[in-house]
Amino acid sequence: MQEVRLEVNGKRISKDVPDQTLLSELLRDILNLTGTHIGCDTSQCGACVVHVDGKSVKSCTVLAADINDSKITTIEGLSQNGKLHPMQEAFKKHHGLQCGFCTPGMVMSAIDLLKNKKNPSDQEIRDWLEGNICRCTGYQNIVAAVKEAANKS
Amino acid sequence: MKNFSYHTAKNIKEATKLASSKTAYLAGGMTTLPAIKLRMAAYSDLIDIKKIKDLTGIKVSGKTLKIGATTKHADVASSKEVKKSIASLSSLADGIGDPQVRNRGTIGGSIANNDPSADYPAACLALNANIHTSSRKIESSKFFKGMFETALKSGELIQSVEFQIPEKSCYVKFPNPASRYAIVGVYVAKFKSEVNVAVTGAKSYVFRCEEIEKILSKNFSESSLNSLNLKTSGLNADIHASADYRAHLILTLAKKAVASCK
Repeated sequence: MQEVRLEVNGKRISKDVPDQTLLSELLRDILNLTGTHIGCDTSQCGACVVHVDGKSVKSCTVLAADINDSKITTIEGLSQNGKLHPMQEAFKKHHGLQCGFCTPGMVMSAIDLLKNKKNPSDQEIRDWLEGNICRCTGYQNIVAAVKEAANKS
Repeated sequence: MKNFSYHTAKNIKEATKLASSKTAYLAGGMTTLPAIKLRMAAYSDLIDIKKIKDLTGIKVSGKTLKIGATTKHADVASSKEVKKSIASLSSLADGIGDPQVRNRGTIGGSIANNDPSADYPAACLALNANIHTSSRKIESSKFFKGMFETALKSGELIQSVEFQIPEKSCYVKFPNPASRYAIVGVYVAKFKSEVNVAVTGAKSYVFRCEEIEKILSKNFSESSLNSLNLKTSGLNADIHASADYRAHLILTLAKKAVASCK
């Protein structure tokens, strides 16, 4: 067992977990933060993307013990006082989702993009979202949403 | 996942002491963890080496660029030193996997795994890299031994990779549209007295294409390769590309690399 101490969405937590526990499992099964989705479980689809110390990672391919003392932000940690994050607003406005399964990962990944690049081009948005797979939208509205969020921030 | 024990090593001595034939070192985990999940690998213990400060960092000294084993792809891609000394290596790192993989994956992990389609092994061969380990220095020409096989012995830990800085170089890959792994990738590096051309994705593991090197050493131009026909023997053939297609890609990408060399 490993004692894992983390700050998750601003809240300090400490849990004893088996050594092989993945961050995605810790979030979903132990902390009940089921907004982080598990799609492929082999770090290809990006549905499980969360931020670890501000950087986007695929939580299905990170051991919980490996990121001890880090700050984690999940999709549940984005809205403030009931107000959606600008990226969430933009996805809603532009209908950047259909079934919604990939959306938490898309949003978390897109927010990391804007930290790295304030005004990305369409191509830069598409390149960045290479690790996030959506089987519904054809990506067009996702790109439009990210673009608007970039313009507004 | 199959059970294993997780350890964090504070220094190289502690890491190598914990290691055995049943253990694996854990850096980014971008290959190790999926391999365990898919039951392609099983270990009694994983030894996390990310807390070892000596294993990370980028340093240019004289004619070489040294990158610590646990340096992440994203850090290599954004490093000013790398951009200035070997720009092609910076763009190679920027093209590995996706942003989330680049935020975790490391150079040491990539070469220790020696995936037949990985990018860094091509850089090692083209840039005459020396691999520094916990016990010795290995020339990259002797490091990559076969599909997923390297010269590393049980418990041997990669500490850094030291690249020779070329006069000019370029890496061009043709990625599989789904996996983004290279169907073929070609790294061309021109040094004062030689030209190295390393190819990934085309055989069971990375290799240098001597036929192209010979021609480019005499005449470093795109057109010098126009009349060359590469043999297809030994080249991979799968649902993504036939051996003929891969042979054609090697030549086409080599020409593109020569044209864009800087």
